[in-house]
Amino acid sequence: MEKILIEVKHLHKDYKTEDVVTSVLRDINLTIASGEFVSIMGPSGSGKSTLMHILGFLDRPTSGDYLFEGINMLEFEDDTLAAIRNERIGFVFQSFNLLPRTTVLDNVKLPLLYSRKSRDEQAAVKALESVGLAHRMNYFTNQISGGEKQRAAIARALVNNPSVIFADEPTGNLDSRSGKAVMDILQTLNEQGHTIILVTHEMDTARHGKRLVRLKDGQIVGDSAIPDRIRAHDGVELQKTK
Amino acid sequence: MKEFFESFRLAVGALLSRKGRSFLTILGIVIGVAGVIIIVALGAGAQSLVLSQITNLGTNLLGILPGKSNETGPPAAVFGVQVTTLTAADAAAIADKNRAPHVMAVAAFARGNVTAVWRDSSVDTNFSATQASFPRVQNVSVEQGRFFDEREERVGAPVIVLGSEVADELFGGSPAIGEVVKIKQLPFQVIGVMKKQGSIAFENQDDQVFIPLTVGQRQILGINHLQFIRLKVDDAANLQSTRGDVEQILREQHGILDSDNDDFSVRDLADAINVLTSITDGLRLFLVAMAGIALVVGGIGIMNIMLVTVAERTREIGLRKSLGATKGNIRNQFLFESGTVTLAGGFVGIIFGSLVSYAVALVARRLGYEWAFIISPLSIIMAVGVSILTGIVFGLYPAFKAAKLDPIEALRYE
Ligand SMILES: Nc1ncnc2c1ncn2[C@@H]1O[C@H](COP(=O)(O)OP(=O)(O)OP(=O)(O)O)[C@@H](O)[C@H]1O
Ligand SMILES: [Mg+2]
Repeated sequence: MEKILIEVKHLHKDYKTEDVVTSVLRDINLTIASGEFVSIMGPSGSGKSTLMHILGFLDRPTSGDYLFEGINMLEFEDDTLAAIRNERIGFVFQSFNLLPRTTVLDNVKLPLLYSRKSRDEQAAVKALESVGLAHRMNYFTNQISGGEKQRAAIARALVNNPSVIFADEPTGNLDSRSGKAVMDILQTLNEQGHTIILVTHEMDTARHGKRLVRLKDGQIVGDSAIPDRIRAHDGVELQKTK
Repeated sequence: MKEFFESFRLAVGALLSRKGRSFLTILGIVIGVAGVIIIVALGAGAQSLVLSQITNLGTNLLGILPGKSNETGPPAAVFGVQVTTLTAADAAAIADKNRAPHVMAVAAFARGNVTAVWRDSSVDTNFSATQASFPRVQNVSVEQGRFFDEREERVGAPVIVLGSEVADELFGGSPAIGEVVKIKQLPFQVIGVMKKQGSIAFENQDDQVFIPLTVGQRQILGINHLQFIRLKVDDAANLQSTRGDVEQILREQHGILDSDNDDFSVRDLADAINVLTSITDGLRLFLVAMAGIALVVGGIGIMNIMLVTVAERTREIGLRKSLGATKGNIRNQFLFESGTVTLAGGFVGIIFGSLVSYAVALVARRLGYEWAFIISPLSIIMAVGVSILTGIVFGLYPAFKAAKLDPIEALRYE
């Protein structure tokens, strides 16, 4: 068993609007070990993104505990969390979130700007190589395809060599071919040792992971390993550069 | 440092990607900064001009004006108030070597505006009714003919000496000496034309005519008093002692016992320079205030645009936070951008202001003024500083607003 990376206990998240209190997450208990590939699946509005934001220190729960590598994260101030996020966490969003009028390379370099460690441009080039996009690095982000955009976003998430990559519907805006390429990359990264937490509402995407967590109405309604016979194995075909 | 350069590069990139809007944004700053540069440059140019003119006049001059004044302000006569206490007898008393040993020459003046007519041409000009000593007092000389002498002055001879411009306009090159020019129907014989002098203290010295004092006082102005007296001291070292002598003489002349009751004021050139600079300084302050208003308006424009920019880039802010940007990083980024925008405006303003100042200097020189083109390094440093400061001050609110954005809200923002 790998060491425990993420551990949440009795996590709740409420949104208060005027007099109405919406319970978005209810009593979430989840343990994720280093090196896992977890797919969080559930219908729209079930709280997947909210959970992912909390796990990535972008948001705070209303109550409950969150241990990251055994450390209680809820005690830290926002700026400390920002620094930890910069070094330990990579995000991939459905809508890419690349900066317009900026080159691919500059986008990938962005996390380096906020990093305390001094990594040079080489790290960004390497990250681009690992998603097979080095040949596009001087293109502006409006000059590349959707699939390439998402691969650039993955490279950006990778550049600081994070412990865990969160991907929220990374294939949601892509055609099936580019979507498959993106999932291949995530699988390869997982095989290289990165922990991946994938949020999706499609079984076809979710089955790229090794473990499936089902969310419904803010509660975990299922948590099981994805058997090999169901699991998509596309990633294995990709070059294994370890 | 890394963040500094990277922020600068990104800020310039953001600026260039929205050229049209960036230009409109910085227009207020451009105008404000150009204003400051122009004002400072023109101020320095004008001051150099006045100073060079006044020193041309000679530094050992004293001027006497009727009416009392305090040390700093100009006397009432400057503002056109008629004070009739100064007379030709006063000038004669000052010219007395026994009473004021260092006085070399004294000239009394009564002045007004007239129309000089020769045949069917006429010209509106200033006239100075003065004394034969005028050329010696003022360091000026006659180009053709001669200035009137003491005898002509005493008897009130109907003679006239023309400034070079008046001579040109009336006679257009044909010989003037010996011709008869009419002023208020009275005939005056032209006996001399002055050398070209240019302007002194914003007054065109060549657009003038000179006639003997008594003629001007009685026949043209119908007055008995003087507007001012000028006198030349033998050496600048004796200026202050002579000033005392002159004050003493005038008090005796006017029967004044206490200097508090003086009905005249004696000025040296330092005073004249002070009065001039106090006037130009006042003007400058006003113009600087205008430039300041332009900067504030420009600054508000910057704030407005930055608020729009922050709103437009809400998702970007959310993304940056998700990548590890702290509140401080975001705040600095937007402060940097607004500072860069206004700095760019400052540079354009400096260039524009310098060009305008240079054009003014060229025109002034073409018109015959000794106008120096001076762009002081201080005014450039000031302009750069002020423009960056404007960007930062007016960028603060939008920057803090950006920094405060909740990353989740920002990421969900459509
Ligand atoms: N600021 C907020 N105020 C109130 N309710 C909110 C707020 N943000 C999110 N919610 C609610 O929380 C619930 C969960 O949202 P979340 O984005 O986590 O769902 P999701 O599972 O990611 O859905 P999708 O698949 O559509 O992305 C939704 O019902 C949403 O309306
Ligand atoms: Mg979602």
